[in-house]
Amino acid sequence: MSYITATTLEDALNRLAAGPASVIAGGTDWFPAQGDKQFRGTLLDISRLSELRGITRTNDGWTIGAATTWTDIVNADLPAAFNGLKQAAREVGSIQIQNVGTIAGNLCNASPAADGVPPLLSLGAEVELATARMTRRLPLGDFLLGVRRTDRADDELVTAIHIPACSPNSCGSFLKLGTRKYLVISICMVAVLATVQEGKLSDIAIAIGAASPVTLRLTALENHLRTLPVIDVSRHVTAAMVTGLSPIADIRASAEYRHAASAEVIRRAISLALEGKA
Amino acid sequence: MDQHTTTTATSFALNGNISRVEAAAGERLSYSLRERLGRRDVKIGCNAGDCGACTVLVDGAPVCACLMPTQQAAGRSVETLSGLVKADSDAQALMKSFQHHQAAQCGICTPGMMVSAVALLRKTPQPDQAQVQDALGGVLCRCTGYRKIIDAVIGAHAADDLIEAPQDLGQNVRRLDGRAKVDGTERFGDDVAPAGALVARVIRSPHASASFTLGDVQQWQATQPAVSAVLTAKDVPGRNAFGVIPGFIDQPVFAVSHVRFRGEAIACVVGSAEAINAIDLSSFPVDWTVKPALSDIDEALEPDAPQLFDDRPGNIMCGGFVQCGDADAALANADFTVEAVHKTSFVEHGYIEPEAGFAEVVQGRLHVHACTQAPAMDREALAYILDLPLTDIRIVPTAVGGGFGSKIDLSLQPFIALAALKTGKPVRMTYSRNETMQSTTKRHPAQIRIKVGANADGTLSGLRFDGDFNTGSYASWGPTVANRVPVHASGPYYIPDYRAQSRAVHTHCPPSGAFRGFGVPQSAIAQETVFDLLAEKLGMDALDFRLKNALSDWVRTVCGQVFPQGVGIRQCLEALRPAWEAAKIECAAFNDRNSAVKRGVGLASAWYGCGNTSLPNPSTIKAGLRGDGTIVLHQGAMDIGQGSNTVIPQIFAKALGVSVSDITIVGADTDITPDAGKTSASRQTFVSGNAALKAGEALRADILRQVNAGPTAQIIAKARRINVMDGPHSQTLDLSRLSPNDQGYVLMAQQTYDPPVKPLDDNGQGEPYAQFGYAAQLVVVEVDIALGLCKPLRFVAAHDVGRAINPLLVEGQVQGGIAQGLGMALMEEYIPGRTENLHDYLIPTIGDIPPIETLILEIADAHGPYGAKGLGEHVLIPTAPAIFNAIYHATGARITHTPATPTRLRAALKEAGHA
Repeated sequence: MSYITATTLEDALNRLAAGPASVIAGGTDWFPAQGDKQFRGTLLDISRLSELRGITRTNDGWTIGAATTWTDIVNADLPAAFNGLKQAAREVGSIQIQNVGTIAGNLCNASPAADGVPPLLSLGAEVELATARMTRRLPLGDFLLGVRRTDRADDELVTAIHIPACSPNSCGSFLKLGTRKYLVISICMVAVLATVQEGKLSDIAIAIGAASPVTLRLTALENHLRTLPVIDVSRHVTAAMVTGLSPIADIRASAEYRHAASAEVIRRAISLALEGKA
Repeated sequence: MDQHTTTTATSFALNGNISRVEAAAGERLSYSLRERLGRRDVKIGCNAGDCGACTVLVDGAPVCACLMPTQQAAGRSVETLSGLVKADSDAQALMKSFQHHQAAQCGICTPGMMVSAVALLRKTPQPDQAQVQDALGGVLCRCTGYRKIIDAVIGAHAADDLIEAPQDLGQNVRRLDGRAKVDGTERFGDDVAPAGALVARVIRSPHASASFTLGDVQQWQATQPAVSAVLTAKDVPGRNAFGVIPGFIDQPVFAVSHVRFRGEAIACVVGSAEAINAIDLSSFPVDWTVKPALSDIDEALEPDAPQLFDDRPGNIMCGGFVQCGDADAALANADFTVEAVHKTSFVEHGYIEPEAGFAEVVQGRLHVHACTQAPAMDREALAYILDLPLTDIRIVPTAVGGGFGSKIDLSLQPFIALAALKTGKPVRMTYSRNETMQSTTKRHPAQIRIKVGANADGTLSGLRFDGDFNTGSYASWGPTVANRVPVHASGPYYIPDYRAQSRAVHTHCPPSGAFRGFGVPQSAIAQETVFDLLAEKLGMDALDFRLKNALSDWVRTVCGQVFPQGVGIRQCLEALRPAWEAAKIECAAFNDRNSAVKRGVGLASAWYGCGNTSLPNPSTIKAGLRGDGTIVLHQGAMDIGQGSNTVIPQIFAKALGVSVSDITIVGADTDITPDAGKTSASRQTFVSGNAALKAGEALRADILRQVNAGPTAQIIAKARRINVMDGPHSQTLDLSRLSPNDQGYVLMAQQTYDPPVKPLDDNGQGEPYAQFGYAAQLVVVEVDIALGLCKPLRFVAAHDVGRAINPLLVEGQVQGGIAQGLGMALMEEYIPGRTENLHDYLIPTIGDIPPIETLILEIADAHGPYGAKGLGEHVLIPTAPAIFNAIYHATGARITHTPATPTRLRAALKEAGHA
């Protein structure tokens, strides 16, 4: 059992190549998963890798370092397309969680109720993974395989999230449905990225979380809504148009409720995006 | 087996000083701070980031210390409450403000709250309510209802206005024990064990119903060199059973051959902290045979259901019954009747302090230091279990980080006591969040059928109530719930023909026990919501209907009890009228303009008998004057956050005729304080308060007698001198001529008060309580129709407390009770095996409790000290039914299953015709 604080990315990747290690950054999911059990493996702490932290503008969009915290995202100066991501950041757990919890940790934990996933999916995010030998990129939807399952190999580290450039006319939103105000795991949540041109919805991305094992993009609904006049959009969001969900019944809600509520939350999230509110 | 763990040296600035700690790899920072660096002001409530009690500042940012590896703090600045209050001006302002507003009740969440608030105030010195809520949203509080905390943070930099109230009775005296709660020095159950104490951990059943055989425990222990002792049923020298009610002592310390609930103890291992932290209990030799388990009342009542106890046929533990007149005939003849069923769920107490403490043997006697609501009962129960005389056991209660009824029962005390006796060493134990939630008592789920009738003029004519209560696997306080419910199920109304019965039904669930209200919150939901339906049928206003039928002086209760004075329910209801009329107009106007959300107003009444039901219930308070002029009050009424450490001295000081600041307070400690009874049944202000009053009067009479002063003389206790002013004459009591008794007192008074009650006969007729307290609450809610969300917007709470000894403490109780009632109404549902943590089991956060206006009414009670009545439980009884009535008013949706989660509320809305 040992604790390794990586000081360079190369160090971290070499350590992962050398054998199994549990990667820790904010620890906000690691400790609850560990519970009271004694940990006997190797912990690799990547929270001090400054190259993994922060949001930068690139030629073709934006790059968010893997170890960027939710608070970093809340404080970042970002265009309206990121409103949903920012709102999700404000609703991850509590300020205590947001101050250390990281965006890549949220993805790697692969909870169906991960707050970061719907806005990142709506933004068309890609995940960058690195080993000591190579780097690869894949769409977020391909990275998340199922409940608590990702495409990350044991020797890989998520190093960044890439978000393609978006139109200045795009606006994001995020709406979380839960039973209390703070510290709440959602019943369902929806992120929307809407682009409006000349009174028409020129493009829209809708992602819904906690309503199926992995967060879904609602492409059929998106196609149906695209090119509609803004004032007509809301009434086109009907329960019948929301397909492909497989909500579970659990302590937070029944499957039936989740299904019915999903359409309403989608409708409201779309309205928020169209109104330019988060 | 190599048990070594790799430790690394980590250095960081702790409260400004460079500290070095050898921590295991990946050790929680909270553990290092508390156990290796002595920073016990960092509290641990859940170890999962769900409660925020362990909040510290790392490089100025609030984080949960339970979620940070100690190594990650290397080279950083870590600030905790105890350091902040010494050097940080924001923390110092908060310290004053928290005390001024009584924002700390039990104090267990206070470090997390204050540290989070410091981070806010550094950026935003004058925050508004929303900013405070956002900043403190990650810290749970179960006592205060958060409103005083919001006031304290908003007002932190208004320190100049925080003038201390005078110390007289009836004033907002600051908590006498309040300072320690805000500077991090308060010592709770997990804060008191000596360094190096052994640690005990319980092995619990993973099954709700199973038989088991233990393998070779000795041989297993031989493979665990670091384990000093293993305890099983064989190690219990006395009676392997505990309970709280004679005739119902049925819960084994360690199960012998079968278990009745998931989480039941079968053994306990003891060893060094390192050994117990590292131990893998999966190798413990036990073979389980899983049996069918009963999870609810319906299953338990099936004719072929497995029986939990041979001598409790049909799984019925006991019942309660109250009858006057002929309810069935009255209902048959009533002009209008309404019948309804209501179902409630398990509710978890959710105190932020898990059970904790340590035990040691001192000079041949056992000392138990643990959080408890009932030190004398703990001592008695341990005496039976350990087969020791009472005099060989000393219970030294620590500060209690919330109790609400569950900490009346024993929890870890038998384990640490047995372990200390067996090893001869101090042994400590702290329940994990999971352990406290799976093994300690809960509020009873209820299934209630109620029928109520009225004459056309609106007069209640009859009520019939049948309630089954899921009492879980063992008795605990189930008999009290069965007993209290039929007495209270009428509500505070005159009902000539009444029949109420209750049954406590065993299931393979955790034991249901005492929880603020003993079943009455459940029965009040059924009764108060059906009253609104009846009022509607009668075409009457809900408030008018209640007033028409409310009890008053000289009107008999359903138990045939007649109070010639002190019945305050009418005044409570009348006090709500202005808010009621205004809210009806406001809601109607709002609803005219809105269709997606609807507003409604609801109200509900409550009454609650203070003290034990028809049983002796004495409290004893002792006080004395030392030869050096010190007045000492032996205060044994456990303060679990409600404020008895302040209220009892206020009453005593008033009776003695001095200021509370002139009194030295000791206790609680069974070696020092006489038995002031348990903190339950809303009895401490009433019963122990009366004992304190009598003790104060007796000591006063003694002092006046010494100087031949008349009864109106004034006692001045200053600078260790006792002066007596009798008219123009001033005398100093010559202490030197008095000889001290064996306790060091030159004058001493010990007084007992036992409320006058009379037994209930077979029809529940008698005098169950010497006094009732009364309440009526009003709430305005907003209902999101499409999503089934209910958001309370504001409460107005009218409470008849007889006499407010300390009005701010009254408000604290009201707000905290409403928060628990709101949680019960809208979100709290404990499911054994599924919600044993604070992220699946939800309690309200600081963002969920709206403003609460408290209207304090003082309808003096002849039996109460200075007229005071109990309050602690009354505060949550009307909350849930008021919310449900408001939902009905807003939408027509009827809640028949508590809590009204979004799923259930949405279904009820659909049933009411909302597509």
